[in-house]
Amino acid sequence: MDRVLFGDNQFFGVNHMSEEKARAQAMRFQHLPAVLDVLDAAYQEGIRTFMCTTHDRVAEICDHFRANRAKYPDYVFYPCMPYAHKYANAVTELGMIDALRKFLPDEGALRSMFKGGVAVANKDVEAIMQLLVDAEMKMFAGLNTPVIFIQNVVTDLLLGLGMKDAFRLFHDHVKKKYGAEAGYITMNVPRLLDVLDELGIDNPIVCANINKIGFRMCGGIELYEKTIRTRRFRPVAMSVLASGAIAPREAIAYVCKQPQIESIVFGASGRGNIRQTKVLIDELSQKPS
Amino acid sequence: MIRTAMVGLGKMGLSHLAILRAHPKVDMVGGCDSVTYLTDVLTKYTGLKCYADFDKMLDEAKPEALVVATPSKLHAAMVEKALRRGMHVFCEKPFVLDVADGERLVELAERQHLVTQVGYHYRFVGAFKEAARVVKSGALGRVHHVRAEAYGPVVLRDKGGTWRTAKSEGGGALYDYACHAIDLVNFIAGVPTSVDGVVRRGVFSQGVDDEVYCTLNYASGLSGQLCVNWSDESFRKMSTKISVWGTNGRITADRQECQIYLREAHPSLPEVGKGWTIRYTTDLTDEVAYYLRGEEYSAQIDYFAKSIEEKRTRGENTFRSALEADRVVDMIVSAAGGARPAAPPPSAPRSRRHALLRRIFELVEARI
Repeated sequence: MDRVLFGDNQFFGVNHMSEEKARAQAMRFQHLPAVLDVLDAAYQEGIRTFMCTTHDRVAEICDHFRANRAKYPDYVFYPCMPYAHKYANAVTELGMIDALRKFLPDEGALRSMFKGGVAVANKDVEAIMQLLVDAEMKMFAGLNTPVIFIQNVVTDLLLGLGMKDAFRLFHDHVKKKYGAEAGYITMNVPRLLDVLDELGIDNPIVCANINKIGFRMCGGIELYEKTIRTRRFRPVAMSVLASGAIAPREAIAYVCKQPQIESIVFGASGRGNIRQTKVLIDELSQKPS
Repeated sequence: MIRTAMVGLGKMGLSHLAILRAHPKVDMVGGCDSVTYLTDVLTKYTGLKCYADFDKMLDEAKPEALVVATPSKLHAAMVEKALRRGMHVFCEKPFVLDVADGERLVELAERQHLVTQVGYHYRFVGAFKEAARVVKSGALGRVHHVRAEAYGPVVLRDKGGTWRTAKSEGGGALYDYACHAIDLVNFIAGVPTSVDGVVRRGVFSQGVDDEVYCTLNYASGLSGQLCVNWSDESFRKMSTKISVWGTNGRITADRQECQIYLREAHPSLPEVGKGWTIRYTTDLTDEVAYYLRGEEYSAQIDYFAKSIEEKRTRGENTFRSALEADRVVDMIVSAAGGARPAAPPPSAPRSRRHALLRRIFELVEARI
């Protein structure tokens, strides 16, 4: 994984501090050229990995990168699935069964199986999970996707429910079908690692909030620091700035002084911020001579 | 460990179940839902003992506490059964659809000193807690107006066939969205004594309201407005905002932030100066032991568990408190005389066909 990954919250009206800021960003990025300008700016600053949800609009971004391979020869996508609101709103509107039916492909016996409310056998759960992953991956066809993440809402739902096998099924499917490594986004790192260890998933890629104020780091900042120091996994730090609650230099210094943290993902809307953050990460990542 | 069972494993149910199972003081002894393929999967993959029959679960699992997340029309009967067996109950919102049922259940629970809680999770959101604190402090001066707004992208087309789109089952934006906003008003500004100017309409739905507007009246002279619309695609997800105006300033709060404006500093809020003060979720939010979808969902379950441990029966979001929201909903329903359909309907034959399809969907959904 690259040291610096570019995130996508800013493009889709996600801001953990302010709904007004989120709306302003949604307006600014409602048309594709504005999004591509920012991705280009990031690319020119040396950030070639885009870590993005499977929001419908990402499909347009994928089209652009497919059509311009020469311009971005080494570009990498890290899909994060699913874009949960798409499913949550559908469940509210349609009910769980119809919502699932809506997102499964038309073909195949699985979809019709639901019509009778037939009990699901073990292998069916695996098949449904694979179909949902494949449906989300369609937009990335032909692009380089070496790591595929499960979004925290799903990771943490499965983790809480105790549906551990799903993590293994996901891991095996993305490896076999896409030659990709599985990544897990979570707000509950220590607990997730216990489960991944139990499943024998070695040295997993785990993306989580890691920030100096302990924002959304369940188990507490000390436990996170100890976990990062002592356990075998590849941490990707997100929410490093805690949505702007920490000054950039201080925020990045906190993450960079934990050498086990492999990558940092951040989102920004302007070239100035992108450059500033990238330069800070590069500067503070250098080992003291 | 608190032996806990849960009934209703839909969207909220599964979320609650995940949080409950991650809670160190809770032992989940049973789950119940009529959708057997779901309970089969849960049993197979998580080891949770599941039941299709609610009574059987109560008999066999012998829980001390029950979490109810079934469609709203089923709440009253299930809550009553649990209370009669001496169980502590956490019930999803809205509490009940009939105020008379609610009064009976409040009395039943209080007589037995049982812990009760309803899932109005906004009372556990840092920014809303802060808004309640600021308003109660008196720093805004004489409070004269409150406005609660909830918008979101749920019903955006002329279709849908779940219980949420059936009025008799506690569906529609009134029960799904508005009751959150109403409870927030009750929490922050107090309970209104009457409502008027009620507008309840389908925007796309035929049978239920997609938008609800009304004026809230208070004995104190305070006035309020409720604005709810779940057919607004410009919102990414449900977004709720409350604003309170007083003679010395105003406050506006949503899930992320609290914006306070004080004309003059006030001794009861020494940390908030004259002019604007903005406080964000990052410093208003208490850490939870397990995070899923938002701190408030875990915080409310943790609060319920603590209430049981500490025998706290007069805490936050009790049945009595949630019944106040049901009363306001009831006032809105009585005043409006039922939801009116979206106007104009696309065309008569199409509407009839859609109504028939919807009915078929409802029946299918009800059977599985």
